[in-house]
Amino acid sequence: MRDGLVLRDIEIFKGQHQLLAVSHHVQPGQVLTIMGPSGVGKSTLLSFVTGTLARDFSARGSVWLDGRDITHAAPHQRRVGILFQDDLLFPHLSVGANLAFGLARGGTAVARQAKVAEALAEVNMDDFADRDPATLSGGQKARVALMRMLLSDPCALLLDEPFSRLDAALRAQVRDLVFARAKARGLPVLLVTHDAEDAAAAGGDIITLAAR
Amino acid sequence: MRRRFLPVMPALTLFVMLGPVMAGLWGTVLPAFGHLPAAGLYGPSLDPFRALFDWPGLPRAALLSVTTGFAATLISLSIVMLLLAGWSGTRPFRVLERLLSPLLSVPHAAAAFGLAFLIAPSGWLARLLSPWATGWDRPLDLLIVQDSWGLTMTAGMIMKELPFLMLIALAALGQAQAHSSLKIAQALGYRRLTGWLKTVFPQVYAQIRPPVYVVLAYAMSVVDVAVILGPNTPPTLSVQIVKWMSDPDLAMRLLAAAGALVQLGLVIGALLIWWLGENVVARLGRRWIAAGGRGKCDPILAYSSLFAGGASAIAVLLGICVLAVWSFAGFWGFPDALPDTLTLRNWVRHGPGTWDALTETAVIAFVVGLSALVLTIGCLEAEYRHGLRVTQRGVWLLYLPLLIPQTAFLPGLQTLMLGVGADMGRFPVMLVHLVFVLPYVFLSLSDPFRAWDARMGTIASALGAGPDAVLWRVRLPMLLRPILTALAVGIAVSVGQYLATLLIGGGRVTTLTTEAVALSSGGDRRAIGVYGLMQTGAALIPFTLALFIPAFVWRNRKGLSHA
Repeated sequence: MRDGLVLRDIEIFKGQHQLLAVSHHVQPGQVLTIMGPSGVGKSTLLSFVTGTLARDFSARGSVWLDGRDITHAAPHQRRVGILFQDDLLFPHLSVGANLAFGLARGGTAVARQAKVAEALAEVNMDDFADRDPATLSGGQKARVALMRMLLSDPCALLLDEPFSRLDAALRAQVRDLVFARAKARGLPVLLVTHDAEDAAAAGGDIITLAAR
Repeated sequence: MRRRFLPVMPALTLFVMLGPVMAGLWGTVLPAFGHLPAAGLYGPSLDPFRALFDWPGLPRAALLSVTTGFAATLISLSIVMLLLAGWSGTRPFRVLERLLSPLLSVPHAAAAFGLAFLIAPSGWLARLLSPWATGWDRPLDLLIVQDSWGLTMTAGMIMKELPFLMLIALAALGQAQAHSSLKIAQALGYRRLTGWLKTVFPQVYAQIRPPVYVVLAYAMSVVDVAVILGPNTPPTLSVQIVKWMSDPDLAMRLLAAAGALVQLGLVIGALLIWWLGENVVARLGRRWIAAGGRGKCDPILAYSSLFAGGASAIAVLLGICVLAVWSFAGFWGFPDALPDTLTLRNWVRHGPGTWDALTETAVIAFVVGLSALVLTIGCLEAEYRHGLRVTQRGVWLLYLPLLIPQTAFLPGLQTLMLGVGADMGRFPVMLVHLVFVLPYVFLSLSDPFRAWDARMGTIASALGAGPDAVLWRVRLPMLLRPILTALAVGIAVSVGQYLATLLIGGGRVTTLTTEAVALSSGGDRRAIGVYGLMQTGAALIPFTLALFIPAFVWRNRKGLSHA
């Protein structure tokens, strides 16, 4: 059932203090942008959705993904993909092994390799499978990180200021690529940024959190 | 299975670490008050203490423990602090740092033998300078090694504690805002050393307090270095306790137990005095800071600390060299600088013996190091997954086995094991080594483990990896180098253990360290050279591997080359 990502009456607290309150339904293929000054809890909201909320926070409300309540699911069973501002490619694995990390178990080695090669070809990086990720350029790393996440076949996509480390030219290019891939797969996207241009490019609803 | 196992890891680790200490203290208290059923004695009575206080050597032995302990701690701490104050970030400092860090793993006994072979009247220094500079054609009749004031022993301890305090202080320096504080102080017209002492030292010292206490407790109760370099008539209290323990007369154990409690009291008293001293220094320091002096004596202090640090590092290195020379020496008359002939005969003669001892040493060290590593990773992973964080008080618990003098609880543990008829041997020795190895492995691995970017874990679980997969497929491979370093630290600590192996092994576990120390009374320099060199190698080679294995495994992974 493709129902998108529902944030139902979510409130996040630090101790007794309420950081933020959000309630929204992100349709498949749509982008919800969360804006606001740093320290307002934007990334905390994302960590609630991925199930990695730090211990000093508490939360109310629920997260639904394609009709499943994932509020209390283990992080690795949620099928929520995330990209951070750093590429966070695993430094001990080759580019190809990074991509294969997210592939669901099963299939022959040849079939898995083919999927990895196909993903690399999709972002014009054929023959990069054996490379050390540390030797890639910033744009190449961003593309590998995106494809690694997409290969794990997520049902939603979270973006934690993923373009802020890239320079202006590259930024627009990577941003378009990410949104295009997400749209093509019909993924609901939750974007956290403090860049108005990102928000405009995303084209969806915008929630601006104010410091309290 | 794992999921239920992991949350008990911290408790299990604490038990493994503190259980033997507590049991050992209990086993010391009973005979100290005259209760030793194995010898047909039933307490309580104060006779053991009466006998102890009747021993004429007691005041001198106790005084030696206190003076050598304080002197070694105070001097090595001062040198390290002045070195950091005067030189951190400069070229000479980097050279010295690179010299000192491998020295950390040189076992105490080997370093002590090296020093003895250097500065004895017939030692290498005298040989190098004779007869052309000194005019000596026979060794002076002078008691340098085993001098009755314990000066040589203190020097030996300083040599070994210097690298330890340096490494600890460097780690603390990373967390203090050292660079900016010093910049500001210098902008305000302070010379660098004074500026550092007034702004950075308080932050750094606050962090390194527990290890400084460990150095004090250890220096007061060390046995192997004291046997090799310390005075004989009487020896330090710790050495005397061990002598009583090895007496075939079981009643002497009562005396040893009473002595062990006195030793414990001395250490606790010394730690209290040190703590009071900290307060006095803090008060004086505040006044010194308020007075606003910019540092007139800076250059003198800076150069003397550099000299002291350099001399100490060179002494350890030369000591290892002279061990090597003796191990290959044929006839070597005084005052020749080098032996007449170099020969493999010493190695052939001691080869089979060293081989057995090396195997025993390696098996024990590897099993203990690996167990400590597993427990440590279990604790740290439990902390990461379940938030079972070690509190500030928990950190002191970690240091507890290192703060309680070995001579206070190891004799008790041995007595207790004899009492219940437990088998002495390799396995109990491993358990006791673990007590001393665990804190060091934990301290070595905890910082890099916690510094790992947790977003890597978030990413991996978003890609569908469960907690175990994140640990095994991402975190541990990325941390290969600090993990192997922690293992090497654990192995080096185990290799260097003397008293634990001697007492708990019941004489049936022979390692390179027990063999080397046992040779010290015989004075066969060639045999000592062979065993000392093997001992050093057993501790150093794992460190070398810990550097090279990750470099080789990740040779095509630039992102991990300086992780």
